[in-house]
Amino acid sequence: MTANQEGAARGGRRSAYNFAYLDEQSKRMIRRCILKAMAVPGFQVPFGSREMPLAYGWGTGGIQLTASIIGPDDRLKVIDQGADDATNAVSIRRFFKKVTGVETTEQTSAATIIQTRHRVPETALEERQILIYQVPSPEPLKRLEPREAETRKMHAYGEYGLMSVQLYEDISRFGHIATTNSYPVMTNERYLMSPSPIPKFDNPKLGKNPAIQLFGAGREKRIYAVPPYTQVRSLDFDDHPFKVQRWTQSCSLCGATESYLDEILMDDKGQRMFVCSDTDYCATRKESQQASSNDGTSGSPAHPSREAEKGPNS
Amino acid sequence: MSAMETAGIEPGFRDPVFDSQHTFRCILDAFGYVGRAQVLSRANTRIGPLDPATIAVCLTLTDFETPIWLDPVADSKPVRDFLAFHCGVTVTSAEASSFAIVGNPASMPRLDQFALGTDLEPQCSTTLVIQVPAFDGGPLVRLRGPGIQSDISLAIPSLPSWFWEDWQANHELYPIGVDVLFTCGSSVLALPRSVSVEV
Repeated sequence: MTANQEGAARGGRRSAYNFAYLDEQSKRMIRRCILKAMAVPGFQVPFGSREMPLAYGWGTGGIQLTASIIGPDDRLKVIDQGADDATNAVSIRRFFKKVTGVETTEQTSAATIIQTRHRVPETALEERQILIYQVPSPEPLKRLEPREAETRKMHAYGEYGLMSVQLYEDISRFGHIATTNSYPVMTNERYLMSPSPIPKFDNPKLGKNPAIQLFGAGREKRIYAVPPYTQVRSLDFDDHPFKVQRWTQSCSLCGATESYLDEILMDDKGQRMFVCSDTDYCATRKESQQASSNDGTSGSPAHPSREAEKGPNS
Repeated sequence: MSAMETAGIEPGFRDPVFDSQHTFRCILDAFGYVGRAQVLSRANTRIGPLDPATIAVCLTLTDFETPIWLDPVADSKPVRDFLAFHCGVTVTSAEASSFAIVGNPASMPRLDQFALGTDLEPQCSTTLVIQVPAFDGGPLVRLRGPGIQSDISLAIPSLPSWFWEDWQANHELYPIGVDVLFTCGSSVLALPRSVSVEV
């Protein structure tokens, strides 16, 4: 078969499987659901989630989305909490290397498809890049209303008062909205949507993003999407406006003050350091700092274009 | 199942796996960047009155799970045989169809004649594939919505006079409603239901 020959010629793809593991009929079904999700931003489209060679909870929704859209010319980046070298990211990247033979990259700006677990890259995305989120729990109302038959009706009729009550209870108990991840958003002013458990720090990057954002929940069998330039509003109140986390520290490795920082305990005495959660962003900044200190010029970072791409929210 | 006469049926994609992947990505870009035409470089088969883009969309998205409706222009033996053989689709009525192929937009049914979905299941609606002679030269309209940075103008010719009025009515039903994929030659241009129009 020509498909196998073309694919196997690239990067040592295993030709025992169809390209990208899924069979063509499954891909077609998922592709149709993606288009419905794009047409109704934030609406959770049910789909026939397939068995993947990973357990549910390891990103099977994201993997099925990636498998349905990826082609031989794509460059794939996979991140887990911002890191390219965490277990989940490494195993998914290897999986796609094996079943597609496509090129992989750690550079956000070089990737055409980025599959992510729980972070949005710091580097601003561009048109025609596709960001695929692995979603464990797509239903933002689940903790408030466990019956799916009810939550589907709440979405159908736009009955989202319960979520405002939850946020208000946070304020009355803690004095502020205490939700720090999976912070609920209103997509295209119609559907309440879970942005997957990204930190609320990343919420402002969801809206008006030039890239296509797809969300896949394998166990829960749902696909949803945020098309480019779609309005995404984090829920808040007039007197308690939405705010993202800020740190007094900067990254110990690259000195970044505007990125999302992870706290790392260094010893048993409570010593700690803060580093960027986005490893590519941090490494690129370090490289450009080294390059400029080596040749003594401060105005020529190694990746000038990527430096310029830092968006207002990064 | 009765035996099908396969002699005379044109070939589909040269490479079904990679050509349908490439075509899908173009369609995805069309839905993501609304109002901008995408060229389907793997579309190469013309069947009867249907352009390569129309055929490529069918080959990429339809199968035995998606009953389709053919308008009187598209509904011919070569088209039926081709789609039955390559996609395994069944032909059905407009209101029961997942995809509707419109070969002659001037005489197409009103938009509310197709499946619109329900409040609970807005995804159960028809996607109209409307073949037009060109993407410019028609009356100018302005589009706004997801997939469009601020606004974009569009001037599709040969549409019935009621089309944009119906489209606005379709948009007002949002999230219920039909989606449209315009095809021309080997290009596609999407009009998802989330987009509003100003004539």
